[in-house]
Amino acid sequence: MRMRTMEISVGFLMLAGFLALVVLALNVSGLNLSDQGGGYKVYARFDNIGGLTPRAKVAMSGVQIGEVTAIRLDPQMLMAEVEMKIRDDVDFLSTDSSAQILTSGLLGEQYIGITSGAEDEMLADGDRISDTQSALVLEDLIGKFLFNEVSD
Amino acid sequence: MLDWIQSLGHRGLSRLAAFGRAGQLLMQSLIARPEPITMFPLLIKQLYFVGVLSLIIIVVSGGFIGMVLGLQGYTILVDYGSEQAVGQMVALSLVRELAPVVTALLFAGRAGSALTAEIGLMKATEQLASFEMIGVDPMRRIIAPRLWAGFISMPILTIIFSVVGVWGGALVAVEWLGIFDGSFWANMQQAVDFRADVLNGVIKAVVFGFVVTWIAVFEGYDCIPTSEGISQATTRTVVFSSLAVLGLDFLLTALMFGEL
Amino acid sequence: MDPLSDNIIDIRAMTFSRGSRTIFDSIDIQVPRSKVTAIMGPSGTGKTTLLKLIGGQLKPDAGQILLDGDNIPTLGRSELFAARERMGMLFQSGALFTDMSVFENVAFPIRVHTDLSADMIRDVVLMKLQAVGLRGAADLMPSELSGGMARRVALARAIALDPDIVMYDEPFTGQDPIAMGVLVNLIRRLNQALGHTSIVVSHDINETLSIADYVYIVADGRVIAKGSPEELASVESDQVRQFMQGLPDGPVPFHYPAPDYLQQLLQGSR
Repeated sequence: MRMRTMEISVGFLMLAGFLALVVLALNVSGLNLSDQGGGYKVYARFDNIGGLTPRAKVAMSGVQIGEVTAIRLDPQMLMAEVEMKIRDDVDFLSTDSSAQILTSGLLGEQYIGITSGAEDEMLADGDRISDTQSALVLEDLIGKFLFNEVSD
Repeated sequence: MLDWIQSLGHRGLSRLAAFGRAGQLLMQSLIARPEPITMFPLLIKQLYFVGVLSLIIIVVSGGFIGMVLGLQGYTILVDYGSEQAVGQMVALSLVRELAPVVTALLFAGRAGSALTAEIGLMKATEQLASFEMIGVDPMRRIIAPRLWAGFISMPILTIIFSVVGVWGGALVAVEWLGIFDGSFWANMQQAVDFRADVLNGVIKAVVFGFVVTWIAVFEGYDCIPTSEGISQATTRTVVFSSLAVLGLDFLLTALMFGEL
Repeated sequence: MDPLSDNIIDIRAMTFSRGSRTIFDSIDIQVPRSKVTAIMGPSGTGKTTLLKLIGGQLKPDAGQILLDGDNIPTLGRSELFAARERMGMLFQSGALFTDMSVFENVAFPIRVHTDLSADMIRDVVLMKLQAVGLRGAADLMPSELSGGMARRVALARAIALDPDIVMYDEPFTGQDPIAMGVLVNLIRRLNQALGHTSIVVSHDINETLSIADYVYIVADGRVIAKGSPEELASVESDQVRQFMQGLPDGPVPFHYPAPDYLQQLLQGSR
């Protein structure tokens, strides 16, 4: 009888530990099991990526549709090349879509925003988005602002 | 002065010898011919004593620490207008640092000292010698199940600590201080990475569980079998395992998150 | 009675030291089969150590400990465990396993060493408990037993496997007169009924002499006297007489070595 309650309570501990791990995975770290496998790769070149990092989100109208998987420097073009993975069910991005690096909030993280174009053909795996807009760098902005003030 | 150096050297050597005996204990109990089938009921029993009985203190402290983090994080972050980030602050500090470390410290105090005292008492009342005379190896009968129970329950307790802590933080931040719960959870999920944060925290817990249980079991087995010896061994268990946990935590953090 | 005719244990020129202290200095002890042999001596002469040496828990520095011709210190692990199956040991504190009931304590060695069915084990355990008069206590936990009862349960456990040798480590220490009488009686009766060899280590002179067939007195790492209880009563040695008659002063001085009494008093505090 005592052994039985012990077995049950140890089983409870194991189960609680497992459930807690699931909560940590899904609820706390936001591990999304559904988007692990599917997705197609799209590339884009930027003059300046600012503070963009791998795993940053790729969004359309603010809704996440994928994530940044890798960032490299293209030695020929001397530009940053960003590799991103777009979810499979988002298959309506036209080939003339534009990508721009945005900031969530004033000091928040940077992410890539995609705006769809008007072409009938859609982006496929390995395609490149040519219309890009780099990150806003605060120093450049301040510089421009000062320059305008002076020139006025 | 010379005496002082001499006694220092003497103590150093005897510590070194103890370390050697501790390694021997680990070898004999774990590596030499394990018997999983006969060990299973014993393991269940030890998991009960080491794991289940530590659950309440873990849940209560986890909840309170999460709540304090929520409150402190809010009062600091609200000055910068970024109180939405309290979720990620609570979750990251818990998952990476506080859950493994505080759980290990509580575990050393709750389960480690009990293990030392129990094994020490078994030694003092000649139960260990008695097992040997009956022809049962106390290493496998007494030591091995306790070691395994510690290794298994520490990570489980740590994970439970993290979750309860995050809930405690959410309770304070969302329910009482009125942070929008969507941004609380979304910020947290954005910032916490399963592999880099959660799994590294669990790895820390495994290491701490190993070290704390090892120290506790060894100190019990190696104690002087008198009531005074047992109480000294129990104190040593708590002191050494706390120091080991804090030292190892720095080392592991540097390895996992640092740029060393 | 010639003790050397049929010895189950034969210790030859055995030396054992702990640290720098020599506990046994080349001693010879023979234990005759199916008899009660007592090993006596003042506290701190390593009597318990001797039992641990026989049980193979400690290894001597030199000499042999022969159990029916097998030298225990050189036995391999499995042979040693097989040899221990032939021995039962009653520890000074009883050494009952505190997390098992009385029944489980007695059943433990049977479960470890045999494949008997649950029914058979139950019968054997109840028989052993009946022999020590504690069949009614089978379901109690060790913490619920008095000291004397705990020792009797430990005795039932020691004889659970019908060993050839039963070793008693200070069986009478700290017992009230009734419990002591019960134990004396039990050791004698079990020895006759089961035909095993008993080794009693003790410094309780009267109780031990009343049951022993042959006695060794050990002091300062040597055997200072041996013989039947009657023979020992007539030994003309100060050391033996002091021990046997419990004289406060003699070769073992009453005073622990100290500087001269008067001188130390006059010296004042330093």
